[in-house]
Amino acid sequence: MKMLINVAETVVADALRGLAAAHPELTVDIENRVVVRRDAPVAGKVALVSGGGSGHEPLHAGFVGPGMLDAACPGEVFTSPVPDQMVRAAAAVDSGAGVLFIVKNYTGDVLNFDMAAELAEEEGIAIAKVLVDDDVAVTDSLYTAGRRGTGATLFVEKIAGAAADERRPLAEIADLATRVNAASRSFGVALSAVSTPAKGGPTFDLPPGELELGVGIHGEPGRERRPMMTSGEIADHAVHAVLDDLGGDGPVLLLVNGMGGTPLLELYGFTAEVHRVLGERGVPVARSLVGNYVTSLDMAGASVTVCRADEEMLRLWDAPVATAGLRWGR
Amino acid sequence: MGDEGRDKGGTGGPGTLDAAFFRRWLDAAAALIDEEAERLTALDSAIGDADHGANMRRGFSAVRESLAAEEPASPQAVLALAGRRLVSTVGGASGPLYGTLLRRTGKALGEALGERTDPDRTEFAAALRAGIDAVSALGGAKPGDKTMIDALVPAAEALSTSWEAAAEAAREGAAATVPMRAHKGRASYLGERSEGHEDPGAASAALLLGALADTAGRAGA
Repeated sequence: MKMLINVAETVVADALRGLAAAHPELTVDIENRVVVRRDAPVAGKVALVSGGGSGHEPLHAGFVGPGMLDAACPGEVFTSPVPDQMVRAAAAVDSGAGVLFIVKNYTGDVLNFDMAAELAEEEGIAIAKVLVDDDVAVTDSLYTAGRRGTGATLFVEKIAGAAADERRPLAEIADLATRVNAASRSFGVALSAVSTPAKGGPTFDLPPGELELGVGIHGEPGRERRPMMTSGEIADHAVHAVLDDLGGDGPVLLLVNGMGGTPLLELYGFTAEVHRVLGERGVPVARSLVGNYVTSLDMAGASVTVCRADEEMLRLWDAPVATAGLRWGR
Repeated sequence: MGDEGRDKGGTGGPGTLDAAFFRRWLDAAAALIDEEAERLTALDSAIGDADHGANMRRGFSAVRESLAAEEPASPQAVLALAGRRLVSTVGGASGPLYGTLLRRTGKALGEALGERTDPDRTEFAAALRAGIDAVSALGGAKPGDKTMIDALVPAAEALSTSWEAAAEAAREGAAATVPMRAHKGRASYLGERSEGHEDPGAASAALLLGALADTAGRAGA
């Protein structure tokens, strides 16, 4: 397996050096693994901090900047960051208005952010947390760790970021973020396994003629394996899975997300099919975003995320954003 | 050999569970995890995301460095320092869980010992039990969920018999996770497909207990 790296041990640090070189508007603390917008803390503004394992770029460091996150904490590849990173990030961005932790529902992320919240509060920083758990491929029951957090993380970060720009108070932004998550659902498929630098090859076997339905963003195997399907068939499966769970009516915000190893040509073709199925189900698409935003290293595949967005959410979605990975309106 | 128990920070002779003993234990654990890192990662590859070995190796080598640099003088201080280092270097679920195990075991030991710094095996077993309870509370796992708890709980019980019995119980507990269905962590997303694989967390817990028995055996404890 060929990879464009030096050695596996320095993959994250090397990427952060590149991020710093390419984006002087960011402050990148490579040693402590904290990425902060250079103008932080922004006076009077609630700060947004997220983070998670590396390997999902541009999530999260690529979403640091005006209109979105104030700081991100990249962990090792597919491993959540440690509490020290989050406490450091919170201290760097808190203007006194408090900090919202945006946490994907994975056991490691939850435990580390919980510990960080306790420590940050001991330092006098007001903390609120929102848990993102949008993945309908996972049964949410007593017998699992609950639904995973995937594509909806981008919706939560963007919409809450815009609300923070309006100088709304912490509790209100946390409530809005929780509503965005509750209105969002995702479903992912993998066409190939993911290769981590540490392993130097695929972390699971996916034969050429098969695909994995309901895959997560860490290359963990999905729930079901089937013979390869067409783009249209995959769209049928994914959109029905999402809508059958979501309920409600009204327009949606749509993210057709690439996992890192699928070309945009395929992703746009898939987007056409996703729009077709949404149309067949009578769901108007208010906004579409297509691209590689919540990736899994080199995994081929895609995920579909929809958010049943109200007018306020759509307005905040349209608000200006200026980050490495998402930029419009200014 | 008789001088082994009189390392810096230690006060007793052979067989004493002093600070030096706990430092040697964690050194031995770090060495064992280093040796077995690839096996742990392979186990994690089957039902998780293939990084448990690398993460544990990173954490325990940091523990080793910190213990050598700071030479904490009591068993409780050794465990507290090691636990903090694991939390701040491992990440994932293993960092908070193993960090909590060591920190809370150390805290319970400190409360039980007061000014003393030489617990016996029974006192250590009680403290370990408190540490395991804290891990259970943090992660929400109980026996049978296919986690490190399945190795730790039987080990703590067997500690009343002997160090070697505890290590054996941990190994058996880890092996017993093979047919189980995971209910916690990333493996839980696999449902029935998690069956047939040893839990990597239970496997690393068994390594920790194995290193403990080896250290005690060498010290004649």
